[in-house]
Amino acid sequence: MKKYALFLGCNIPARVPQYEKAARAVLDRLGIELVDFRRFKCCGYPIQNVDREAYVLSAAGNLAVAEEAGLDMLVLCKCCYGSLRKARYLIERDEKLRRLVDRSLQGRGLRYSGRYEVKHFLSVLYHDVGLDAVRAGITRRFQDLRIAAQYGCHALRPSEITRFDDPIRPRILDELVEATGAVSVDWPMKLECCGAPLLGVNDQVSLELTRKKAADGKRAGAHYLCTACPYCHQQFDSVGRASDLSDGEGQTLSPILYPQLLGLSMGLGEAAVGLETGPNGGSNLLSFLST
Amino acid sequence: MLFHVSLYASLLVFIAGCAYKIYGWFARKVDTSDVEFSASRRFVLALGGMLGTLFSPRVLVLFKVFLLDVILQRRILKEDVLRWVMHMCIYGGFMLLLLMHALGSLVTANLFEEYASTLNPYFFLRDFFGIVVLVGVAIAVYRRFILGVPRLSTGPMDVYALVILALIMLSGVLLEGVKMTSYSAYDRMVQEYADTDDPAELKALEAYWVHTFGIVSPKPMDSVDSDLLEQGRDLHEMSCMACHDAPGWAFSGYLVAKAVRPMALFLDGAGFPDILWYIHFLSCFFGLAYLPFSKMFHIIATPCSLLANAVMDSERSHPANVLTRQVMELDACTRCGTCSLRCSAVPMAEATENRYLLPAEKMAALKDLVSGRKVSDRAREAVMEGVYLCTNCDRCTVVCPSGINLRELWLGVKSRLLETGYSRPFILSPFSYAVSLPGGVSGEGARSRATDRAKEALRHEGGPPGPVSTPLRLGEDRGADALNPVAASSFTYCFGCQACTASCPVVAAYDRPEEALDLLPHQIMCSLALGLVETAAGSRMIWDCLTCYKCQEYCPQLVRIADIFFELKNLAARELEAKAV
Repeated sequence: MKKYALFLGCNIPARVPQYEKAARAVLDRLGIELVDFRRFKCCGYPIQNVDREAYVLSAAGNLAVAEEAGLDMLVLCKCCYGSLRKARYLIERDEKLRRLVDRSLQGRGLRYSGRYEVKHFLSVLYHDVGLDAVRAGITRRFQDLRIAAQYGCHALRPSEITRFDDPIRPRILDELVEATGAVSVDWPMKLECCGAPLLGVNDQVSLELTRKKAADGKRAGAHYLCTACPYCHQQFDSVGRASDLSDGEGQTLSPILYPQLLGLSMGLGEAAVGLETGPNGGSNLLSFLST
Repeated sequence: MLFHVSLYASLLVFIAGCAYKIYGWFARKVDTSDVEFSASRRFVLALGGMLGTLFSPRVLVLFKVFLLDVILQRRILKEDVLRWVMHMCIYGGFMLLLLMHALGSLVTANLFEEYASTLNPYFFLRDFFGIVVLVGVAIAVYRRFILGVPRLSTGPMDVYALVILALIMLSGVLLEGVKMTSYSAYDRMVQEYADTDDPAELKALEAYWVHTFGIVSPKPMDSVDSDLLEQGRDLHEMSCMACHDAPGWAFSGYLVAKAVRPMALFLDGAGFPDILWYIHFLSCFFGLAYLPFSKMFHIIATPCSLLANAVMDSERSHPANVLTRQVMELDACTRCGTCSLRCSAVPMAEATENRYLLPAEKMAALKDLVSGRKVSDRAREAVMEGVYLCTNCDRCTVVCPSGINLRELWLGVKSRLLETGYSRPFILSPFSYAVSLPGGVSGEGARSRATDRAKEALRHEGGPPGPVSTPLRLGEDRGADALNPVAASSFTYCFGCQACTASCPVVAAYDRPEEALDLLPHQIMCSLALGLVETAAGSRMIWDCLTCYKCQEYCPQLVRIADIFFELKNLAARELEAKAV
């Protein structure tokens, strides 16, 4: 059984707990063991704009905690993922930063050597569990369900640092979606940003991007937009609903978290993957499942 | 006489103190919203809210929380078992002592007719509860001064709490022990209760008490035979036994009695039973009178906070009641440090050297601000920065043993800061994310005004670029640039193809992007090439960057455009802060 240090970050426990619930449920089914660490702190993402050192030190503490346990990190949030990956990259290459990190970690009885990996949830499914094993776990397939795969900027780019997938023609999420029987649609704005990083800084541009993407996915015939990041997810979920992303015909593109989609096709119940019933819930999704 | 005067005086101070503190709950407010209510209006609304809850199904929630969180303190147990044992010992032992012993004549005597403090089970239990409290105090001392629990800060209030508890308990135990040996106490009792005044009989009784109860008599006891003791026991059974069990039951007092035996006569003669008695009740009464002004006030405020938070929510509850609860929560905070231990921003607090990023420190500072204590502008600024640089993970709220809704406080204060003109550079970052979510507290108008103000403050004012006081990090690695891909000075490779600007979704979102953003991405690279670092760092583009990294990914020259933006933002923020100081 492969073990990972589960990194939840700040946003998921507070606002998207269903992501954690669904991810734990499917990973458990696939024989992945997750280890929780109370000592994990913020990945540093929010302070990058104003204080690079505070950012790297914050990220480094987490990397060191996972290293102490001898585990690779499994990260659910793409912004945490990007932030931790970039911190690793910077520490490796910036001698001054490295010394600063060493000093700070030393004070806490930790060290960081970079021996362990930082992986996103989707990469673990695709590479470590393997697409075949994921397929093998599926007991009921979706039929005629069209999904717009939302990749998430901070996992895709800068690709040389994140090493997540091909930044121009990514496949991981599409293939994982198709493993459940759903169709992953082609949509022109697939690689665009969801808008979340600017929420609170420039709401207008932030929502404009979300609206454009939702409309684009809808035009491509998608029933749902599949996410694997709490920021992307919320942008199309609560943020989108509050600011009305409908395309003029009253239609919106609701998001579904990938582990929820996968969980349902693995035979897990709606409650087990944290799907509430209701207008934005999974009740509609179930109608696409073959019995 | 002194006993009663000090009792009533301390009771009076206690009641007045509580009234003053509770009045503050209604009269003061944490600056989390602009709504204003008079203290009387808030009081009436709170009463209404409480009655409404009592006569609704939510009363069941209150019962559950009262049992699990107030009585059994489940929230502390979840965090730390040793701490739970400590707190249960102190609070459980003290409450039981209060009810059974201190209020013995009011409570225990009414419940159990045969109650006498020197009869079992009360005789034993009084000692037992006292020792339980002392064990709790010992664990507390161990945790604070030996174990060194992280993030648990010890202030004068914490020391006071431990000292007063230890003083009350130890003086009680010592009093009991010394009194056991005290001949004068024995003599008083005999005069009052003995059914005989025959000297021979009294001698027998005394012999029995010296032998069995450990009284230290000044009279020489030459011949103690079993007959005398037998006779003494008969008299004891007749006059004393109804109220006295064997002293060994009060084990801690008994041990003291054994220990002080050699000097018992001296202690008795010097009036120690009285002295200890004064110390015991005066320390109790001092603790009572000072309670509303000490950390111990949490025994009132914390259960209130736990119960209020169990049935209130910030959206449906009356805004006036939310304000009232927030002030109450400041009193409910014991600075146990659980929130600070679990806080996601701890590394940032260390890196920025601002301890006010830690929730427990913010709570203490807010308490000072709310109670109108003088706080320097600098300290206030540090506190507000601490409130703002919160990653909104809500862990503090989840773990708070006092059930305080810290999340609501931070979001509320953040929103108010934006409404009242706060424009520090970090409001242009994901720290503003949670306030902007639907159901977040601040209005969109206030937010965009605040972010516009901040962007304006960071803007380059035009004119020829002056010297940059902080060296731009970009140049530092210029020499090793080719070897070190981290070096942001990669802008030198830019050949002006504008792929960055063409791929930028922010640029695409504007009809006239130059007006909204000052400089477009390729123009920023160009400015850097011309050495116009300030111009580049003063453009609004960098703050409106999504950090989607498309520019960087698509740059044919591998210029690290988005990362350069980060460097420029860091620089601009540092410059502005340096100017402000």
